[in-house]
Amino acid sequence: MQPSPLDDTMLAAPPPRLLSLTVNGTAVSVTVDVRMLLVQLLRDELRLTGTHVGCDTSQCGACTVHVDGVAVKACAVLVVQVEGCDVRTIEGVATGETLHPMQEAFREHHGLQCGFCTPGMILAAMDMVRRHGPVLDEATVRAELEGNICRCTGYHNIVKAIIAGARAMGGPAGGQE
Amino acid sequence: MFAFTYHRPDTLAEAVALLQAREEAKPLAGGQTLIATLKQRLAAPSDLVDLGALPALRAIAREDGRLVLGAMARHADVEASPLVRESLPALAALAGLIGDPAVRNRGTLGGAIANNDPSADYPAACLALDATIVTDRREIPAADFFTGLFETALEPDEIVVKVLFPLGGEGAYEKFRNPASRYAMAGVFIWRGEALSGESPVRVAVTGAGQGGVFRWSEAEAALAAHFSPTALAGLVLSADEMIEDIHGSGAYRAHLAGAMARRAVARLMTAGA
Repeated sequence: MQPSPLDDTMLAAPPPRLLSLTVNGTAVSVTVDVRMLLVQLLRDELRLTGTHVGCDTSQCGACTVHVDGVAVKACAVLVVQVEGCDVRTIEGVATGETLHPMQEAFREHHGLQCGFCTPGMILAAMDMVRRHGPVLDEATVRAELEGNICRCTGYHNIVKAIIAGARAMGGPAGGQE
Repeated sequence: MFAFTYHRPDTLAEAVALLQAREEAKPLAGGQTLIATLKQRLAAPSDLVDLGALPALRAIAREDGRLVLGAMARHADVEASPLVRESLPALAALAGLIGDPAVRNRGTLGGAIANNDPSADYPAACLALDATIVTDRREIPAADFFTGLFETALEPDEIVVKVLFPLGGEGAYEKFRNPASRYAMAGVFIWRGEALSGESPVRVAVTGAGQGGVFRWSEAEAALAAHFSPTALAGLVLSADEMIEDIHGSGAYRAHLAGAMARRAVARLMTAGA
């Protein structure tokens, strides 16, 4: 079957849309092409390049960010869908110079090699704690990581880091059963 | 992506009106399939009608002996809902097998069934549990809803509002996941309970395997109605010619997997009931 010739209007830019959202605690107003993906806004417009694009097909998890506290793949969400929402990226996780407990755990346990997957791993790990609490077992962490791919070293130290980071997020009592 | 006009209606009536106004308009639920499809330019809707501003569609409740799941209930909502876990644990477990955690935080029940991917999980639950799909204008029994590969009984401007799952009996879902996509290579949902006269007390729905999408496996139902045991399924094999054949597996492989998943689901139900 011959592909039908493209109608020029199918490729013309649709009317832009002005919208507001919060990114890492800062109110942002932007005018976007309605086709813009959340990850494109973060990286290309706001220059928050800690959120990575790995596969661009929502398999690898390198683009994981939080929308209203919930982990999502920013390559599979349109900016217009998160109008008015609170978006958090890896740049908004630390407090000043102090790493977030999950970041600190990845540093301590060497839960990374090249670091490409790490921002997504950390935001996915924080979402695990939101849903399962600070005491995570290894089987849970491994199962929960199915949407985040690391191509360097495997997952051993990532799993260790997440278990430790989760406990640290639970505070001083987090390590006690 | 091809150009589209984006709408974010506040009411269901407005959403339906927007879909009626443009022939090539499409509703957008969680977007976990549709956005990937748009990115690959495999779809070119003139308009996207985002259902994300209709929070009433996300409710989960139990009413009149039925579990009522809003069409915009996220897979993660269904997986974690105490109401679903208590009333239909197999359905909560099924939701927890879809995609991965971040995908489950966005993907929706209504989007999944309206798309009717032949390897999706929810269609098997709807068919085996004899669910009713409620739209903006009518109620459609699951048996009439899934009409073929990516095809449903929905009109182009019709929106799924909620799905009613009758309670009573028990269910189990077993799925062999494609390790990359996490879609079912074969998934079998079995329900066992009190049937109305003339209907089977066992329903077996198979997804991921059939070329025409989800289907009821009547031979397995009859065998299990006579004797509910994994051994009752011995020798029953689906026709390989009617199974999906692709780079992930042959038709014969999928026919075999469907049988294996059915036996596992029966074994799980027997353990649960013991």
